[in-house]
Amino acid sequence: MPRKSAMTEQFIEQFAAFEASRAELEPSWLTALRRKGLEAFQATGLPDRKTEAWKYTNLNKLKKIGFEPAQQVPELSTLPSSVVTIDGYLDVFVNGRYEPALSSFGTLPDGIVVESLRDSIAGDPALAERRLGNLVPSRETPMTSLNMAFAEDGLCLRVAPDTKLEQPIHVVSIGHAPDQPSAFHMRSLIEIGAGSSANILESHIGIGDGTYFSNSVSEIRLDAGARLGHYRLQNDSRQAFNIGLTNLELARGTHYDGFNLQIGAEIARSEVRARIAAEEIECRVNGAYLAAGTQQIDSTTFIDHAAGGSRSRQVFKGVLNDHARGVFQGKILVEPQAQKTDGHQLCRTLLLSRSAEMDCKPELEIYADDVKCSHGATVGELDDEALFYLRSRGIDPAEARDILVMAFLAEATAEIGVPAVREAFDDVVQQWLSGAQEATP
Amino acid sequence: MPLLEIKNLHARVEDKAILDGIDLAIDAGEVHAMMGPNGSGKSTLSYVLSGREGYEVTAGEVLYQGADLLEMEPEIRAREGVFLAFQYPVEIPGVATTTFLKSAVNAIRKHRGESELDAMQFVKLAREKAASLEIGDDMLKRAINTGFSGGEKKRAEVLQMALLEPKLAILDETDSGLDIDALKVVASGINALRSNDRGMLIITHYQRLLDFIIPDKVHVLAAGRIVKSGGKELALELEEKGYGQFLGEAA
Repeated sequence: MPRKSAMTEQFIEQFAAFEASRAELEPSWLTALRRKGLEAFQATGLPDRKTEAWKYTNLNKLKKIGFEPAQQVPELSTLPSSVVTIDGYLDVFVNGRYEPALSSFGTLPDGIVVESLRDSIAGDPALAERRLGNLVPSRETPMTSLNMAFAEDGLCLRVAPDTKLEQPIHVVSIGHAPDQPSAFHMRSLIEIGAGSSANILESHIGIGDGTYFSNSVSEIRLDAGARLGHYRLQNDSRQAFNIGLTNLELARGTHYDGFNLQIGAEIARSEVRARIAAEEIECRVNGAYLAAGTQQIDSTTFIDHAAGGSRSRQVFKGVLNDHARGVFQGKILVEPQAQKTDGHQLCRTLLLSRSAEMDCKPELEIYADDVKCSHGATVGELDDEALFYLRSRGIDPAEARDILVMAFLAEATAEIGVPAVREAFDDVVQQWLSGAQEATP
Repeated sequence: MPLLEIKNLHARVEDKAILDGIDLAIDAGEVHAMMGPNGSGKSTLSYVLSGREGYEVTAGEVLYQGADLLEMEPEIRAREGVFLAFQYPVEIPGVATTTFLKSAVNAIRKHRGESELDAMQFVKLAREKAASLEIGDDMLKRAINTGFSGGEKKRAEVLQMALLEPKLAILDETDSGLDIDALKVVASGINALRSNDRGMLIITHYQRLLDFIIPDKVHVLAAGRIVKSGGKELALELEEKGYGQFLGEAA
């Protein structure tokens, strides 16, 4: 029996009341799923550093806080100004619950269904039963189990076959915990039909200086020939904790273009698990992370090449200042039958301070013999010669540093397939740099 | 008052003494050539003057327009009008040459109390100056020095000098690695910048460059000291007799 933290016990205690409040509203299969989730969570508890997958990300700070289930907060009249603006549909969640007053969809093209998980379950429980929980790993992680036990809402997107969604859907998750530390667990289900395409921008931000814990899970399925651009900006408030898991199931000829920019939260972990189930798939799982103060930001990936003749590409770049810690754990598994796999992985980190730390763990596990796989990992400092060169032309040292950091990160953001998103993310990076400059005069 | 006055300058890198008492004065309008064998301290002198870290001045002083140059940060020296054309310009991937040059030009304009140029104004200016150096738009769009040939790098350095309009230009082996055609382009770019209110210090190993840029004065540096100074004919003498005659003397 593993030793359980107070926080683990607290979640278990809260479950009874939560279950009672939901039982009458929800179908019995969901109640059963929740219970299963809780049991799995109960068996392991929150991960600690003895768990290999969590070796480098220390959750002690999170465990010291007693989180209550997030409450519905008084209606917000406007979106916080820190939300990036982009032309498209707006789908807003506050403390994990859909907020229609802040969302706007106009008229969606035929073949596109966007609804909240809650509405989806109420509207067509049988369909929801078939969809929910399909794509999470067979051996669930404790966080996923916890999410299953408490998930109340999330984005449900279905794109019918041969449908093109021109404008991106901007999903905004706002954390707001004015009174007490609060936890919420979004569960999103995304299905892109055969030959269809869509773009999703996912923003995570906070209001005020309350402490909240966002533990989200996304299940994403791309049917044959589908394309999805999935761009995630984790810019939660600095007192927040964000754990996110994205599960991808990719069919033949699909193209997934993912980018994860993590700059917020005190402790954040984004995990992407992709199952490459057929040939001719292009799976791009890229990202960037910027951390300062005592932030810990973890990017974990698992790319399972279960079929051959597909490509996966990962480019991660990060900048760490002060006492920040970064983690990259990237695993590529090439199963015996997955011949002609092309897997590429690169992780490069720039340390702006001698007290910052980067832990980088690339893992290639290859059982097929005719594959092309590569990985690279570097951790370094700004190039003194380049800095001097810029200064020798009259450029201020702080500006010279910003120019070099932007150039370093541009190699990652250049991977983003949608220009408007790339520009928005570059702006976020630029703002982060100006902020960092003020903090370290 | 000379534009630049170096008095008894001693400098070292880590524990190795390299400059061993240099005295030199350059007036506005003059072009001085500093010649010398490898290891004589030519590049060290250029780095000490431009403020690179790792070069420790152990004695002496450098006055620039009467002010203590060594007290100034590298960017302040640049803004005050000191320019170093690097022997090995640094490649900086990911930063477009135009973006960088605009930042540099505006930093210097701001320091001089002039208005900053917007993107349009800057591009117009850069194109104008680039044309005479046979630098096209494609080169300006590429990342700083990244993938540039030796000749392109040196032309880009001269372009920077033309844009920044320094009062004192130090050119460190700007001729190295150039074929004769590239050398002519670079030399004519430099000659075009000769003016009565600008001083130049041309550091070179070979006399060749001085066929195209006729110096007012020539100095021979050996083992960290100026062992001989003279007019332009001194360069020809060196070409004929080599540096050997000075090496024994300095040691």
